[in-house]
Amino acid sequence: MSVSKEDVKHIANLSKLNLTDEELEKYTTELSDIVNFANELSNIDVDGIKPTAHILDIKNVFRKDEVQPSYDREEILKNAPSKDAGCVSVPKVVE
Amino acid sequence: MKEYEVIIGLEVHAELSTKTKMYCNCSTTFGADPNTHCCPICTGMPGVLPVLNERVVEYAVKAGLATNCEISRFSKQDRKNYFYPDLPKAYQTSQYDLPLCIGGHLDINVNGNKKRIGITRIHIEEDAGKLIHDAYTGDTLVDMNRCAVPLIEIVSEPDIRSADEAVAYMQTLKSILEYLEVCDCKMQEGSLRCDVNLSVRPVGQKEFGTRTETKNLNSFKAIHNSIEFEIQRQIEVLENGGVVHQETRRFDDVKGVGYAMRSKEDAQDYRYFPEPDLAPIVLSDEYINNIKDNLPEMPHIKKERYVSEYGLPEYDAEILTSSKKTASFFEKTNSICNNPKSVSNWLMGDFARLLNEKEIEIDDSKVTEENLASLIMLIDKGTISSKIAKQIFEEMFETGEKAEDIVNKKGLVQISDEGAIKEICQKIVDANPQSIADYKAGKDRAIGFLVGQVMKETKGKANPQIVNKLLLEIINK
Ligand SMILES: [Zn+2]
Repeated sequence: MSVSKEDVKHIANLSKLNLTDEELEKYTTELSDIVNFANELSNIDVDGIKPTAHILDIKNVFRKDEVQPSYDREEILKNAPSKDAGCVSVPKVVE
Repeated sequence: MKEYEVIIGLEVHAELSTKTKMYCNCSTTFGADPNTHCCPICTGMPGVLPVLNERVVEYAVKAGLATNCEISRFSKQDRKNYFYPDLPKAYQTSQYDLPLCIGGHLDINVNGNKKRIGITRIHIEEDAGKLIHDAYTGDTLVDMNRCAVPLIEIVSEPDIRSADEAVAYMQTLKSILEYLEVCDCKMQEGSLRCDVNLSVRPVGQKEFGTRTETKNLNSFKAIHNSIEFEIQRQIEVLENGGVVHQETRRFDDVKGVGYAMRSKEDAQDYRYFPEPDLAPIVLSDEYINNIKDNLPEMPHIKKERYVSEYGLPEYDAEILTSSKKTASFFEKTNSICNNPKSVSNWLMGDFARLLNEKEIEIDDSKVTEENLASLIMLIDKGTISSKIAKQIFEEMFETGEKAEDIVNKKGLVQISDEGAIKEICQKIVDANPQSIADYKAGKDRAIGFLVGQVMKETKGKANPQIVNKLLLEIINK
C-alpha cells in the first residue's frame, strides 16, 4: 500500500471527517490505487525537460480593477444548510 | 537570573486598497451589510474561474520596490489548504516558493539609533471572511464580504530585538504603505495587522530558542504590550526549568494578557500545491522600471528635503513626514503662507493636540490648509497676537469658520496703537510698586509678570513686543 491507514486518518482529520473502520479500509485501498496510478508518471523520462509551474503555456492572465454588481444575498445563501441574519450559520467555532 | 536576548520577526498583513477583490469584480468597500459583496468566485463555488486583478500585482511590486526588494521576473500562486468556516474554498490562494518580492530591508529609527531590518519576502494572498459569534443561538455566523480581499504579507527577518524596535518597524512600514497609497492602513479596521514570532535565548547561546506566534495584532499598543508580555512569559518558563512550546497565541488587548489557542498543532499541515486555475506572473524589466520611475517621494527622502529646503529642525521634519497626510497638509499650507516653522509648530502643537483629543485624522478635521495659512498670515502681519491666535484656532477647529471671520466677529484685532497701550502700561506700573522694586533690584522676571498683567487687562489683544518696550520705557524713565 502506498497510502497507510495513518495517512488516511490524518487527511480525514484535516478535512474534519469521521470515518468508520470500514470506510478507513476502503479509502486506504482506493487512495493507494489513485496514488499508484499517478505514480506511473514517475516512470516517464523527463531528462532535458524544464520544470513547469502550469500545464498550459500561458502567463499574465489579468483583469481590470473595475467593480461590477455582486450577487443578491438570497442567491449567495441559497446553498447554505443554515442561515441567520444574512449570514451562513455554522456550529460554534471556538478560538 | 540569566540575561536573555529576544529574537523577533514580524509577518505584516496589509489589505490592498484596490476597488475590487483579488479574483472577481466584487467591491472591497469596508462595512457593507453581510454577504452583499459576494459572488460564486469569492464564495468558493465549484467550477468557477478566478482571474487575477492586475492592480494587485502592481501594488505588491510598488511595496517591494519601496522596501528594497528584488522583484521576481517569474512568480506563481499556490493553494494553502486548511479547513475553517471563514474560508469557503477550504484553501487560501497564496504564494509558496516563488513570491513576487524577495530580500529587501527597511531602516528604522529607535530612540535616535538607526537600525536595518531585513525583509525576507513579500507575497500576495487573499483575506478570509469574518466570523461573528451569535450570542443568542450560540452559533457562529459567516460574513464572506472580506473573502478574497487582496493582501500582501510582508515577512521580516528575525532581526528585531525589542518591543520598541517592533513598533518602530511597523510605524515605518505603515508610513511607506500610506505614501505608496497601496493600503489605507486603518489598523482599527484590520486593514493593517501583524503576527509576532518571538523567542528568547540566554545571551551567548548560539541556537535560537523555541518560538511562539502571536496572531492578529492590530494596534501599536497591542504589538508593544503583547511582546513585553510574551518575553516575560518565556523567560519565566525557562527560569522555572520549563520548556517553551511552539504554539499559536492570541493577545487580549483589554486584559493585557496573552494565551495559547486551543487548535491542535497537527492541523498545521497546509499541503501547498500550485494553483492550477491561475497563470504564472511574468514581469518584464520595462514593467518594473516603469513602476520604479513613478514611485512617490518616500518619507525618509522627504524628511531630508524638509531640512534642506525649508530649514526645519530634523525633529520637525521627522514628525511631519511620518504621515503622508500631515506632510501634504504642511506643504499645501506653507505654499500659501510661506512660513515653514510656524506651520510646523501649529501641526505639531495645538493642531496635533486637538486631533488627538478628538481621535480624528487631519483630513477629517474642519480646518483646511487655506484656513491655517490665513491664521498664520494674520499673526505674521501683526493683526493678531499669537496668544489670541490659539483661541481663534480652537474655534476654527470646532466650527470650521475662517480665521478672519472669527477675528472680525469677536473684535480680536491686536492693539498696536502705542498711545492706547501706554495708558494701560502706566496703570499697571502704578498698581504694582513691588514688581518695579523687584525689577530695579535685578529680578528680570518681574517684567514678565507686568507684561502678563497688561495682556490680561487687554484680553490678550495688546502686541506683546510693544508692551514690553513701553513698560521698560516707563520704569527706566
Ligand atoms: Zn466575488
